[in-house]
Amino acid sequence: MTYAIEAENLEKTFGGTVRALDGVSFAVEPGTVFGLLGPNGAGKTTAVRVLTTIVQPDAGSARVLGRDVVAEAGQVRSLIGLAGQYAAVDENLTGRENIFMVGRLNHLPRDVASTRAAELLERFGLSDAGDRTLKTYSGGMRRRLDLAAALVARPPVLFLDEPTTGLDLRSRNDLWEMIEGLVDGGTTVLLTTQYLEEADRLAQRVAVVDHGHVIAEGTPEQLKADLGATVLAVGLHDPAAAVSAAEILEKVGTKRPSVDGSSIELPVDDGPRAAMEALRLLDARDVVPTAFVLREPSLDDVFLALTGKRTEADDDEAEGATGDGARRRGRKGARAASTTGGAR
Amino acid sequence: MTTTAATTTGMTTVPEGAPPAAKGGSSIGWAITDTLTITRRNLIVYTRIPEFLFFSTIQPIMFVLLFRYVFGGAIHPPPGFKNYADYLMPGIFVQSVAFGSISTAVGLSEDLQKGLLERFRALPMARAAVLTGRTTADLVRNIFVVGVITAVGYAVGFRIGAGVVAFVAGILILLLFAYALSWGFAVIGLSAPNSETAQVMAFPILFPLVFASPAFVAVKSMPGWLQPFANHQPIGVVVIATRALMHGGPTASPVLQALAWCIGLLLLFIPFAVRQYRRRA
Repeated sequence: MTYAIEAENLEKTFGGTVRALDGVSFAVEPGTVFGLLGPNGAGKTTAVRVLTTIVQPDAGSARVLGRDVVAEAGQVRSLIGLAGQYAAVDENLTGRENIFMVGRLNHLPRDVASTRAAELLERFGLSDAGDRTLKTYSGGMRRRLDLAAALVARPPVLFLDEPTTGLDLRSRNDLWEMIEGLVDGGTTVLLTTQYLEEADRLAQRVAVVDHGHVIAEGTPEQLKADLGATVLAVGLHDPAAAVSAAEILEKVGTKRPSVDGSSIELPVDDGPRAAMEALRLLDARDVVPTAFVLREPSLDDVFLALTGKRTEADDDEAEGATGDGARRRGRKGARAASTTGGAR
Repeated sequence: MTTTAATTTGMTTVPEGAPPAAKGGSSIGWAITDTLTITRRNLIVYTRIPEFLFFSTIQPIMFVLLFRYVFGGAIHPPPGFKNYADYLMPGIFVQSVAFGSISTAVGLSEDLQKGLLERFRALPMARAAVLTGRTTADLVRNIFVVGVITAVGYAVGFRIGAGVVAFVAGILILLLFAYALSWGFAVIGLSAPNSETAQVMAFPILFPLVFASPAFVAVKSMPGWLQPFANHQPIGVVVIATRALMHGGPTASPVLQALAWCIGLLLLFIPFAVRQYRRRA
């Protein structure tokens, strides 16, 4: 079968030292949503930039609907839409003007571009704000407009680079519903995200990337099954108590509990049942926890399960609403350096 | 557009493998269309940013009033000029378009910073349209600026001395020079890490060129070592040519020198700007 998107051994190094992509391969079936899941600096954005012809890979190849992203970049550009975290819209233009401009740059005739702008504003709930400049838009509205502009020429393949990073829960939910609507219409979507929940909700297949490598690939169900459906977090009085509690609870989890200071976490399959058993075991030893929480697994948990180490502490990339390639690469550089340090 | 005719509002479908939205037309035709799209966008933005409006209108008017009424009394017009306004205005024209070209650098730098140029790279548009659209918009803005200054000049006593045709020729040289400068400032905009730095980089380049020139005072009043620079640097040459065309006097040699500078600068800056654009965006 022909894939909508294919990446084969993509490599990209920035500034001669920062290896953003270190042999990334994946393939996306037409009409599906594929999630690239990973922490900041994992190489997700670079992969999208290569696939959308913005940068050329140092090695490897990639195709969108069978067209090579380097040799046939012009054709690829007329088949794709790009929207993302760095909502690249012009804040001095109105919503309508932004969509119209992207439509014209996609070589839609004037009347078509203007009809599409009206349609898309309506569809994304921006009709009332359509003639206001983007300076007056909230973060969620900007993302929606960015997505609308990416859709103006009805691209069969859509790239969404961290579409909901930095949004509040409500805006995130709105955007998810809109993306789901698109996929129902047959669009192929490649989505990058830091949120397991987002990949779980939207993607049929997920590749987990870290340091420019794909470290796991499968359906969200497979990834979570590997991990355990739920995470049980227990807080104890002190680190020594945490170590002994970890031993007590070892057989409750699907994997060995991890101890972090005076708290422990363990992935479990059947949350409530595991919680009851855990409490019984602790009670039998007269251990009284200071905290006892069942929660959904996070990207952090996936990483812990896959790599045995946590994702590094958040950096400022998620909050940065703007930034050019150079700045992003700069952050990646800083991250790569700290990673090397931390591994020792 | 058959794809559009089939469209309904609401949840529109995007058929798998749908043909690209629009195809056909020559690539030169699309390059022109794209340039006009970007030009239009830049002009809309200019009308919405107070700073740009300030630099395009208020600042040139302030310079006219400053030199005409504050410094003008102390500056004696050289022989052949009835009043200082006639001497001053060609200088003001050149100074205004020169300072105005900073907005080319600032605008491009901001687009780069915001990631807009990156998004443009993923669109099937002509790559060069970002640069040609920017410089074309600045050309249009300069035509507007020149109109405003002409009106203000008339209000403070400036009169055309060598006929309307020569005056228009002077304006055309001025606009060509402004266009060449825009490309130069495009290079700066694409080289600077951010728009503030672009602005800071632009002033030290422009300041000596604008003021160590015959724009406001006769070069003869300057120290001997400075005179050759003032008379032969590009802004000096363009001031001399513009003044000759607007006021009267020998025109052939200054106009040829000015044209040579304009063409030379364009030949230098256009490839340089394209190269920086490829590297940065």
